[in-house]
Amino acid sequence: MNSGVSRSGPLPEGAIDVAVVGGGVVGAAVARELAGRESGGRALSVALVEARADVGDGTSKANTAILHTGFDATPGTLESRLVRRGYELLGEYAGRAGIPVERTGAVLVAWTGEELAALPGLADKAVKNGYRECEVVGADEVYRMVPALGPGALGGLTVPGESIICPWTTTLAFATEALARGARVLLNTRVESVQRGGGEEGDEETVLLTSRGPLRARWVVNAAGLGSDAVDGLFGHERFTVTPRRGELLVFDKMARPLANRIVLPVPSSRGKGVLISPTIYGNVMLGPTAEDLRDRTDTSTSEEGFAFLVDKGLALMPALLKEEVTASYAGLRAATEHGDYQVHLDAAQRYLVLGGIRSTGLTSSMALAEHAAGLLAEAGLVTSVRDDLSEPPRMPNIGEAFPRPYMCGDLIAKDPAYGTVVCFCERVTAGEIRDALASPLPPADIDGLRRRTRAMMGRCQGFFCGAEIAERLARVEES
Amino acid sequence: MMKLTTDVAVVGGGPSGLTAAAGLAAAGLRVLVLDREREAGGIPRHSDHTGYGLRDLRTVMTGPAYARLLANRAVEAGARVRTSAMVTGWAGEHALDVTTPEGRLRVDARAVVLATGARERPRTARMVPGDRPPGVLTTGQLQNVVHLHHGRVGTRAVIVGAELVSWSAVLTLREAGCRTVLMTSEHARAESYGAFSVPGRAVLRVPVATSTRVVRIDGRDAVESVEIEDLRTGERRTVPCDTVVFTGDWVPDHELARAAGLSMDPGSRSPVVDNTLATSRPGVFAVGNLVHPVDTADVAALDGRHVVRHVLAYLSGTPGTTGPGTTDSGTTGSGTTGSGGGGAAIPLRAEAPFTWVSPGLVRPGAGAPPRHRILLWSAEHRPIARVVVTQDGREIARRTLPWPVSPGRVFRVPSSLLSGADPRGGPITISLG
Repeated sequence: MNSGVSRSGPLPEGAIDVAVVGGGVVGAAVARELAGRESGGRALSVALVEARADVGDGTSKANTAILHTGFDATPGTLESRLVRRGYELLGEYAGRAGIPVERTGAVLVAWTGEELAALPGLADKAVKNGYRECEVVGADEVYRMVPALGPGALGGLTVPGESIICPWTTTLAFATEALARGARVLLNTRVESVQRGGGEEGDEETVLLTSRGPLRARWVVNAAGLGSDAVDGLFGHERFTVTPRRGELLVFDKMARPLANRIVLPVPSSRGKGVLISPTIYGNVMLGPTAEDLRDRTDTSTSEEGFAFLVDKGLALMPALLKEEVTASYAGLRAATEHGDYQVHLDAAQRYLVLGGIRSTGLTSSMALAEHAAGLLAEAGLVTSVRDDLSEPPRMPNIGEAFPRPYMCGDLIAKDPAYGTVVCFCERVTAGEIRDALASPLPPADIDGLRRRTRAMMGRCQGFFCGAEIAERLARVEES
Repeated sequence: MMKLTTDVAVVGGGPSGLTAAAGLAAAGLRVLVLDREREAGGIPRHSDHTGYGLRDLRTVMTGPAYARLLANRAVEAGARVRTSAMVTGWAGEHALDVTTPEGRLRVDARAVVLATGARERPRTARMVPGDRPPGVLTTGQLQNVVHLHHGRVGTRAVIVGAELVSWSAVLTLREAGCRTVLMTSEHARAESYGAFSVPGRAVLRVPVATSTRVVRIDGRDAVESVEIEDLRTGERRTVPCDTVVFTGDWVPDHELARAAGLSMDPGSRSPVVDNTLATSRPGVFAVGNLVHPVDTADVAALDGRHVVRHVLAYLSGTPGTTGPGTTDSGTTGSGTTGSGGGGAAIPLRAEAPFTWVSPGLVRPGAGAPPRHRILLWSAEHRPIARVVVTQDGREIARRTLPWPVSPGRVFRVPSSLLSGADPRGGPITISLG
């Protein structure tokens, strides 16, 4: 474990330059960005402050995992601009850091006359969003692209740039690079209240009173996702309210993957929001999400109604998919607000910036949001420049199916037999990868964290064969 | 990549694969068993109770002892058993890619026996909603935790299912100091009819809720309760517990079979085999619980014994028993099978309440299926089993069998009931009168 990571014990005593509250994909991207900057010839000291035991353990772990072109954003919004920019930034970064990405492309499928009539408008909207590759196609072309679709498709709109990406590796890569750049990752650290007014005049500090004690920071960035409105409230603002919007998803067995080689999107219409079918970066097929507003910001349970809705939709969209086994179901909570755009507000007097209301597009826009945040902080007085001593990003372990995985690599196994020892059979995860994850700079806190780093136990048997062995390997590390 | 050649590659070192390997090696063939676990033996390795070996070895012993014995016999007969050897895909009709700690292997065989077994459907595949805390297991994982890794489970368990394996879970939980507070079965009566449930209920004092399904699991960080529904009344109630074990509801580990493009049975999701256990690809055979998910370990082992002479015949090109490629009648859509010089195979079908029948093809002149039995799986209980066999609208047999039809366990029918079938006729159907 990198010495900058802590899950317990005292927090740093001295004041840090920037505390980023919220270790999701956005907070991790911001911490990475700011840790790579200097002010007055001195690297910024940055802490990523996360209430849970791991980064990427909230909304960022349960989403549709799409790298969006932004073709369907509302033109002119901050979201539209940042998704477009983030698509380029993250696409390029993924290549350098080894984050799995597959350029699958998408097709919106129209099932009614109304939906069919909406396609040209969507193509125009895409152009307004700076995306020019969309094309309206007939039903024949739709079925050629996705032969397993159920009967009744009338036409479609192609979005060749839509891609799939590993959301878990993305957040981990940002946090790991932030650590490598000297940032601290403070886990199990819940911000409970805020005190203003420490520090010298002209260099005021905020004291974050956390579950692990006080943390002094000159600047605070709020990227607390579902809790972003609450943290905003601690700074005296009432600008938006987060309504957790639950999205339930079903993940089908890898045997289903040939059915869906590209993302199948619904056309927004008066029938309400449809669901999408998407290949996953791990070689499965996903169906969802539902959309249901909740009050409980921690309720990620799945529901009978959600499953019934998805099965019903799935049977119409792609009947053959429902014949395959479901290997996972989960629910994510999107940080929806009453506003139609991201809630990004700078409070220069309090040296405070909020990045709130970041919906499911936040995975794509994360790096652009971080860049944007650095710009806003400069406006408020934290003028920084990119450090000239930065190394290449860390090379993340590949857990995607589109690239060779360790079990396939004879030369790797020859050097280290642990990469030839398959422990999780369904996902083909080797003892070497599990060992590496447990010894990584930002190791998992539990089985779920190990799953997000390696895919162990996320397969069709759900631990029938390997669950006991993997739990034992994790326990051995915890004891030592 | 290292290259290995062998006469027969056996994928899976459980009872059926090891027994096949022992027989084939004893017949003088070079046999390579590939098993992904660290030790061969399959599921019995972690079933630490007695009752194994009855039909194949004419004795009884514990699962681990049985697993060791079968592995030793295969090795003594001359088979090579490689463990920690995971077959990752096909590299040709009879060639396999394998990952081992010693490196990647390409195994070129003249014939392949698939013996990959079956697993229980976990919670996800059964689509039980709710929270997703740890403490939700299958019997396989439970027994792994308790018997192989000596780990801990909770103190109050709800077991989903009342099959034979479910009672095995009760015993394992008891050994781990965990009380079973309730078993649930969606059927009107416990599946493991007679054999276990009556003495089981009496001795182990486990309440069984029949016609009941689990509709939700609650508990964020640990299981706190399950919600169950009485299917007759729709009434729901909450049962406090800290462990949930999903038992039975078997699905074959068929990925390698599907990757080969073998004809598959939609009911069992197994590769379709004929009475010689040949699949639709010539020279590829399938045995054990991969083709009948699931029967007992000794029955699986006897598949392994049965397949030996058919693999030998295939390799020697002997007509009349097996040999490459003839087409079945084409009426089932189940494709071709790779054996049966005896003539076109006749599809075997089962009507509701049966969900599958194995073998799915009968090849006239190729001898009886393993143990002279046709195996079927039923979705419902029938106290009296009046079996009716028809072909082309003609009844060819009718017999009342002295055992009931019970869900959650294989229903066995003597293959002699098919002896009146017309070898040139259409599909044969088995139903209940």
